[in-house]
Formats: sequence, C-alpha cells, structure tokens
Amino acid sequence: MNATERKPDKEVVESLSGAESVFILGCQGCPVGCDTGGKKWLDEVSAALAAAGKKVTGAALVDMICNKALVGIKLSRFADALTAADAVLVGSCGVGVQAVGNIVGRRAVPAMDTICMGDYQGLFPSQERCAECGECMLAWTGGLCPITLCAKALVNGACGGTQNDGSCEVSHERKCGWQMIYERLESLGRLEDLKRYNAPKDFRKRDISDAYRHTIRWALEFAEQEQTQAQEK
Amino acid sequence: MSKLQEKLASGEFVVMGEIGPPKGTNVAPVLHEADEYLKNTVVAVNVTDLQTAVMRVGSMAMCRLLKEHGIEPILQMVCRDRNRLALQSDLLSAAILGLENVLALTGDHIVMGDHQAAMPVYDLDSVGLLKAMSQLEAGTDMGRDIKGNPNQLDGAPKFFKGCCVTPCGANPDAQIVKLEAKVAAGAQFVQTQAVYDPKSFEKFMKKVEPLKVPVLVGIVMLKSAGMAKYMNRSVPGVQVPDSIIKHLTDAAKDDREKVSTEICGRLIRQMKPFCQGAHLMTLGWDHCVPGIIRAAGLA
Repeated sequence: MNATERKPDKEVVESLSGAESVFILGCQGCPVGCDTGGKKWLDEVSAALAAAGKKVTGAALVDMICNKALVGIKLSRFADALTAADAVLVGSCGVGVQAVGNIVGRRAVPAMDTICMGDYQGLFPSQERCAECGECMLAWTGGLCPITLCAKALVNGACGGTQNDGSCEVSHERKCGWQMIYERLESLGRLEDLKRYNAPKDFRKRDISDAYRHTIRWALEFAEQEQTQAQEK
Repeated sequence: MSKLQEKLASGEFVVMGEIGPPKGTNVAPVLHEADEYLKNTVVAVNVTDLQTAVMRVGSMAMCRLLKEHGIEPILQMVCRDRNRLALQSDLLSAAILGLENVLALTGDHIVMGDHQAAMPVYDLDSVGLLKAMSQLEAGTDMGRDIKGNPNQLDGAPKFFKGCCVTPCGANPDAQIVKLEAKVAAGAQFVQTQAVYDPKSFEKFMKKVEPLKVPVLVGIVMLKSAGMAKYMNRSVPGVQVPDSIIKHLTDAAKDDREKVSTEICGRLIRQMKPFCQGAHLMTLGWDHCVPGIIRAAGLA
C-alpha cells in the first residue's frame, strides 16, 4: 500500500491557482485503506473547492489509479467534463497523480502527500515512480516527479548536465527529468511554474513515522493487535 | 567588497582564471603556476570543488592559500557532497578566512568521478545554496529555534554570490528560466559553460539582458582536435563548431599551443561586446593565460 495524508485544503486550493474549473479524480485503492480518500474525501474536497470559488466539472472514483487501463476506461465516460476542466485534482499517491497526468494531457494536481512507508510502488507498477517524500510537488512540475526522474533529485530545475540530446549527464539512456518537466509544462502552457522557488525537502518525512510502524498500514501482522485494542476500547 | 565585485561594478571587462587543487598534499606546483601566470594577469581565480566528482584537496583551503599569495580567489561550492548543515558551516568558515567570492553549483554527479560508490547528497540545489547564502548574509540560518523562528547568527558573513549557466546547450530557454530563479535567490554574477559559438551567445545574452547581472563567458582551451570532438560527444551543453576543429586539425603539432591560444583570443574579441568578462579555463596550460589576454587585445 502507498500511504497518503491529505494536504490541507489551503494548499490544494493554492496549487490549483489559475484553474477556474477542476475535474476531481480519486483512487479507491490505498487511500481508502488509509482513510484519506474515497467517497468521503471526494465530498469534502468538492465542498472546499466550491467554497474557494472553483467550478467542479465532474468527479469520479477509480478502483486503482495506478492501473492506467482502468483510469482510461473510467475517464472515457467523462470526456466532456474533463475537456471543460483546466486541471485535474487527483486524490491518490504520487504514482496515481503522474499516471493521470500521463493519460489526460492536463495539469494533474496532487491532493495528498505520499508518506514514507519504505518505497512501495503501487499495485500496478508502470513507469511512474513515487519516492514517498511526504511533500508532493507535482502541482508545480507538470505532474512529473523530479525526485524520481532527476538523477540528483533536484527541486529547482535542470543542472548544467543536460546532454545536447536532452539526456542526463549520468547516462545517454536516460532522459533529463527536468527536460521532461520543461516539455510537459510547455505543452500545458505553464512554463511560469519553473520560476517558483521550491524549498529543500524536509528529510524527517523520509523516515517511516513511528505512528505508522505499529499499524495495519505498515504490516498486516498488526491487524490482530489493532482488533484487540479496538475491542478493549 | 571584493576586487571582482568592484571591477564588475565599474564596468571594466574582467578576466578570471581557474585552478584545480591537486590530488594529494603537494600544492607547490599549482601555487607556483598561479604566482607565475595568473597573479598579475587576471582579476580573480576560480578554485574548483572536487570537479567531476574526483576526490582532491578542497576548494576552501586552496582559496585561502591563493589569498595569502596575493591572488583573489573565487570559492566554488557544489551541492553534491554536503548537506545544508555542512554547506552553511563552510560558508561561515569561508567568511572568517576572508573569502568573499562564492560560486554556487549543483555539482557533477558522483558517477562521473573516481568514487562512484559514494552517496550523492544534493540536500540543497544551486538555487537553494544561493538562498542559504542570502539568508546567512541577513543574519539567520536555514534552521528554526523551538519557537519556530529563524536562528540568529552572532556575526553575519558578506559574499559576492555567483552562479553558472549553459548558454549553448540543448535547451537554452530552460537554462534562462533557472537563471532567473538564481538571480531571484541572490546571484550577483554569472559564469558560463564553455562557449565556442559567438552568434548563439549573442542571442542568449539578448535574452538575459533584462536580468541586469554581469555575465563572464566561459572560455575552455582546446588542446587538440581530439579534445574538441570529445567535448562535442561528452560534455553537456558544449558545441565546438567544425571550423574550429578544422583549424586545430590543420595545425602542426608544435603549433597547437599557439593556435589554441589564438582561438581563445579570437573568441574573447568576438564576444567582448555582449558580455562583462571572460572566465579562462586552461586545464593545466596556465602558462598560456598571458598569451590569451594579449591575443584578446586586452593587454
């Protein structure tokens, strides 16, 4: 399971700056297991967006957003609502946000931070990767993750190592992650996002929090323990 | 104020050099070269920081030695090997050693060097490092006290903050956006990757003109046609035109140094009208620096 925490509504609204209309897409897999996603989240975030003056053009829940085939099938029924939206708000782990961004060709904005559980890649692993940094910045990078795509995990754009063919200095077989982000932002008409200063990451969030280590979210072995505790209460 | 900052502020065309510290404790040869060929010819000398991720003597110690020899140093700092505690601490250390010019770089990846199994750090990137310098100058560090307020410093450093840009790479526009972020974070001067194409450099300079920050064009000495071809193949953001490669190929072996010096001089003459200085990287051929400056018509 990729564990998530909801970003504060204020941050979600800020990362949707410039988007008047929003399509909301939630994952019914891991976020439901974490109590962060699903129907309840969808209702609450819809209300928060409405309160911030955003128009919600449509909303959908997909069983596993990391499974791009499922997302494609689901979204085919929402073509109009998607086309009408300036951005897609995604309630899932970082893998799901990137999967949606790669499918819809629109701004994919994360509603959640993926917290560290020691690197698990989603139930349907494909090219999208999430390093579980706990401070999802996909809203500002065209829905492509610099932490996993850049060899140096830089947060403020490409270094001087981009090769003349657009590959990374560490290997011609690997495209420069920030070049990919540049191209994506260019196609989305959002190059101004590159001017934003991104503060260095809070590395405390890269450690697996004690609060999770003894819960069923961390390991199924704790299921029995949690049940006993619940019964005792 | 450093001599470099003063000269750039006065509008004078500034030439700077570069040395790489040795691998080992024998610093006499590099200091001798600096005394002999750089001391009275260039305004300041860059000292590389574990360039191409090869372990060697550190930039800070070498900078201090240059200073004691009456040569103004530029401390290069990369983000590859130190986290934000060590970088900020080293900035304070540099300040108390009297080093003012600091160049913030991301740093070549560890797999480019001779300790490929080491852990790459990149806790900060070049923009973050510039921001850290600006914060230290303002008397606070990047940390927070128990109440959540920025930690106060007992004595704040003062730097002349530099950064790097690649004008002729795969995507100059992406480089320009990042340069804007660097200037916003506090960069006061800019050094460039090697440039061999004055026309595309002129275009680049027109685009960065609104940033109002002095740019020193990078001049890397081409020691042979083979080296030029290697750079085209393997050095990111460098394009040596065929005409220069031909010039080097046609040169007799004994004439190579002379031809190479002439090429550098000509490039500086061609690009001088669009920029504020030149950064000479002679890669060990320090004895050619006085000749390059004459060939550029600057002496």
